[in-house]
Order: sequence, then structure tokens, then C-alpha cells
Amino acid sequence: MSRRTARRPARLVLNVIAVVVFVASVFPVYWMVNSSLLPASAVSSSTPHLFPDLFTLKNYVAVILEPKGDIRFLPALGTSLLVTGVSVVAALLFAFLAALALTRFRFRSRRGFIVALLVIQMVPPEALLISTYRVLDGWHLINSVIGLSLVYTATVLPFTVWTLRGFVNGIPAELEEAAMVDGCSRMGAFWRVTFPLLGPGLAATGVFAFIQSWNEFIYALVVMTRPDSRTLPVWLRAFVQATKATDWAQIMAASTLLAIPVIVFFLIVQGRMTSGLVAGAVKG
Amino acid sequence: MSTAVRRRPPAFLRGPLPLLVPAGVVVAAITGWPLVQLVIMSLQEFGRAQIFGAPPEWVGLANYVDVFTDPTFWAVLGRSLAFCAVNVVATMVLGVAIAALMTRLSRGFRGLVSAGLLLAWAMPPLAATVVWGWLFDTDSGLVNYLLTLVTGSDWMGHSWLFNPVSFYFVATVIVTWQSIPFVAFTAYAALTQVPGEVLEAASLDGAGAVSRFRLVTLPFIRSVLVVLLVLQIIWDMRVFTQIYALQTIGGLAEATNTIGVYIYAVSTKGGDLGAGGAIAVVLVVIMLAISSYYIRATLREEEA
Repeated sequence: MSRRTARRPARLVLNVIAVVVFVASVFPVYWMVNSSLLPASAVSSSTPHLFPDLFTLKNYVAVILEPKGDIRFLPALGTSLLVTGVSVVAALLFAFLAALALTRFRFRSRRGFIVALLVIQMVPPEALLISTYRVLDGWHLINSVIGLSLVYTATVLPFTVWTLRGFVNGIPAELEEAAMVDGCSRMGAFWRVTFPLLGPGLAATGVFAFIQSWNEFIYALVVMTRPDSRTLPVWLRAFVQATKATDWAQIMAASTLLAIPVIVFFLIVQGRMTSGLVAGAVKG
Repeated sequence: MSTAVRRRPPAFLRGPLPLLVPAGVVVAAITGWPLVQLVIMSLQEFGRAQIFGAPPEWVGLANYVDVFTDPTFWAVLGRSLAFCAVNVVATMVLGVAIAALMTRLSRGFRGLVSAGLLLAWAMPPLAATVVWGWLFDTDSGLVNYLLTLVTGSDWMGHSWLFNPVSFYFVATVIVTWQSIPFVAFTAYAALTQVPGEVLEAASLDGAGAVSRFRLVTLPFIRSVLVVLLVLQIIWDMRVFTQIYALQTIGGLAEATNTIGVYIYAVSTKGGDLGAGGAIAVVLVVIMLAISSYYIRATLREEEA
């Protein structure tokens, strides 16, 4: 795209709009962190504090150590980490295998699989909530990390298979054939040659699976019914409910604790994430 | 691996099938099977008695008749469609506008805008809803404070979530704020693919900015915009977390349910899994109808 240098006043207007967009995007996140670092009295006072001038970490200490309602923070953090970890690993591994099948082989039911993949991706999880609960209940997978991880894996699989498929397509099959000529089995070639070359694709789909599992709220609410098996999003909502949405300083500290891992993760892999997501939508 | 003698596995293990088994089994068990159960449930009388073990009774399409004759269902569906329409239009217009803005900015300012968008994109929807809920809080929210400051009349104590219309306004702000980054990034990527020579040629032929956009840029990014549009419709139609969490913070659930939250309420609080199932089936059908264009387009590309 040719660089058209806009005239001076036009350039100024564009830059001002850019700053407005930036502030509108960032402000709620800033406000969350800012309020979490202020004492409750300052947060509920009639004049807002725009900066954490009365800096305190008391809210975080209270949120982490003093349970509000019947859910405690640390066990919820543990459950969230475990469920997210299992889901991401399972989703990436299963999706990698399925993507290989759909790119490296031509078989009769291939088209059927692809149609099923696209259709299932469009079934809203909200509609399946109750029947999934009953199915899991029948298999004794309620209140189980495995049960919830299975739900998240199944939810992200259609997308991860589809995305990884595009990345596998981009790796020439000749590389695998060369390895097989050198004595590798076909599976060995997939594992030793193709898998390590999939870095960007695995990053993009891994982040997707991470964010979906970490943020998911409804299934966690319904499937994990015992207080000690709750995940962080459910803990946050219980926290808001228990404080009757009044102690906003602590609620903001709780929200920050939920948001920080995602934001950090996102910022680290963002370049790959956007290029990976966009690769499917934009064809050069 | 250089074993001289390799045992050849049986034929069915050498093909693609074993590779598809793990993903296939998980999706079939956790999505496919519940989908079948959902359809069965929607054809049964399935209330509290059945939850506690009474055998369900087949009632044919009675649940569907009940749902379609219930004015509450139509009110919920209408609200969902209206909410979806407003959010999709707002997200697409602002998202594409920001993408166009990004193509005109210098490197530094473009980085600034991307960083901001990324942060909004990364916020967990639940945390975002809680934060916005506080910004719009009745007594100590920043919005009421600023409105009092700017307009001079007293806004403190104004409840945004109590009135369904302003409840939906807050929900729209939250959903749009979080959806814009994806649209903006994708549309920006598409815009950078528009060849500069064609734009230059058009401008030498005397085309103004508006006709350049309409005649050159738009045809180039049309397919990406259609995909974005379909995805936004799908996501905004099934919005759950934001509405449900806002109802926790304040607001009247009955007057603000969208279809996803309504299914949940009918099935759990209402205890009528048959009716909830029927509404869920209706939602699945609506979603598949909306996305059939997207599915067909993807398949066509796949075969090309």
C-alpha cells in the first residue's frame, strides 16, 4: 500500500482519534487495576481517585486470604489451572492428529468429517448446557476436573482442528517423505518433522484454547457444583454476589486476579495469535 | 528411529482413522451425544418429577407448541434479535472504521491503537462485565459522577441496570467494546492486502476517496467482511456471560433475558427441561441457518 502522507491538519485529527480509541480501549482495564490498589473508603467516596494515590495491597490480601461466600480463592485457582492445562494439552494433541488425517490422507469420508466439523462448530454451547450436564452426570463426571476438561476440549476442538489443518497444509509433505526414506515410520515423521515446524500454529490455537478454558463461566457453574471444585470465574461471580456488589475495591482486586494471566499470556503471543487467526480469514 | 525390521501394523491402523479417533470420540461424546439427548428431551414431558427419577413421557411436539404459543418466548427472541442487530452493526461499523484509521496512521500511533485493542480483547468477559458494571454503578460509579459534573443535574443514584433499555445499553457497550478488536485486526489485515497500484491508478483516473473505497477497496475486502459479519451475528446472538453477570450486579432478570439465559432459566429455575430443550433446539436451528452461508463458503474454498 502506498504511503499517502496526509496533510498536516488531517494528520493531527487522525492522531487525536487514535488516542481516543486507545483511551476508550484501555480505560476500563486501567480503572480496574487502579481501584484495586485503593482503600475501600477512597473507592466508595463521592470524588473518584484517578490515580492510586493512597496505594494499598490490602484488597488483594483480603481477596486471597479471607473467603467471601463459600468459595476460596486458592483452591479455585488450582482447579482453574488444572482444567485449563489439561484442556490445552488435550486439544492441541487431538487437533494435531486430526489435522494430519484431514491434510495428509485422501479418504472417502473426509468431506463428511469436514462438514461435521464446521456444523458442530456452529452449535451454540449454551443450548447444550443442560443435556451435557445430564450426560456427564450419567458418567459420574460431575465435579470432576476430567469432566470439565472434556467439555472445554470438545468446545475448542472444531476450531483448533480447522486452524491447525491450515498450518499443516503449509508444511510440504516432501519433508515427511524424506524422513521416511531415511527410515522413520510415518507416525515418527509426523512427530519428529511436522510437529516441531508447527510452532506458530500451535501457539495460535493454544492461546485460543487457553483463553476459552480460563474464561469459561457457564459450564463451570453447572458442572462443578461443590464449593471446593469451583473455578475462578465462578468464584468471581460468587464474590460479587457475596459482597452484594458493594465492596468495589475488593471486587476489582478479584477481577484483576482473574484477568492478569490472560492479559499477560495474550501480550506474549499476540503477534502469532492475530496472524494465526487472520490466516484463515484472509487469503493473500 | 532406525529399526531395521519394522513390524507393519494392520491396514486399518495405517490409514487416517486412528488419527481421527481421539478428537472424534471427544466431540461425539461431549457435543454429539448431548445434542441427540437434547432433541429427545425436547420431545418428552421432562419436569421436576423426571429429574427425581420418574420415567419421562413422550409428548411429541407438545413442548414446541407450548413454546411457540408462549408470548414470553417471542419477547425473549425479539429482544435477542434486536440486541444482536444493534451490537453487530455497532461492532462492524466501529471495527472497520478503526481498521481504516490504522492504515492511515504512522507506525507509532498504529502500535498505540493495537496495544489498546489487544488489552480490551484479552479481558475475560466476566471481569469486563464486572468492571463496566462498576463504572455504571448507581452510587459511586464514574459515569454518574461525570454526568453530574458535565450536565450540572444530579445523576448520583441513577440506576442504569434497573431500566431494561439502559440495561441493554450497558450490555451493548460491554459486548461491543470486547468485539471491536477482532473485527478491527481482521479488517486491517484485509485492508493491507488491497494493492496500492490499483488505488493509485484509480486516483489518477480522477476517482475521489469515496469512490476509491467503494469501487476498489470494498470489492477486495468483501469476502472477509462477510465472514466477520456472520461470526459477529453468531456470537452476539448467543451472548450469555455478559447478560447473566449484569443480572447478578443489578437489573430485573425477567425483563432482560436473552435466549441463552432464558433457556438456562427455564431449565433450572423453571425446572422444565422439556420446554428448555425445545427452545434450545430452536436456537440451534436458528444458528445453523445463519451460519449455513459461512459453512458453504468455507467448503467451496476447501474444494477449490
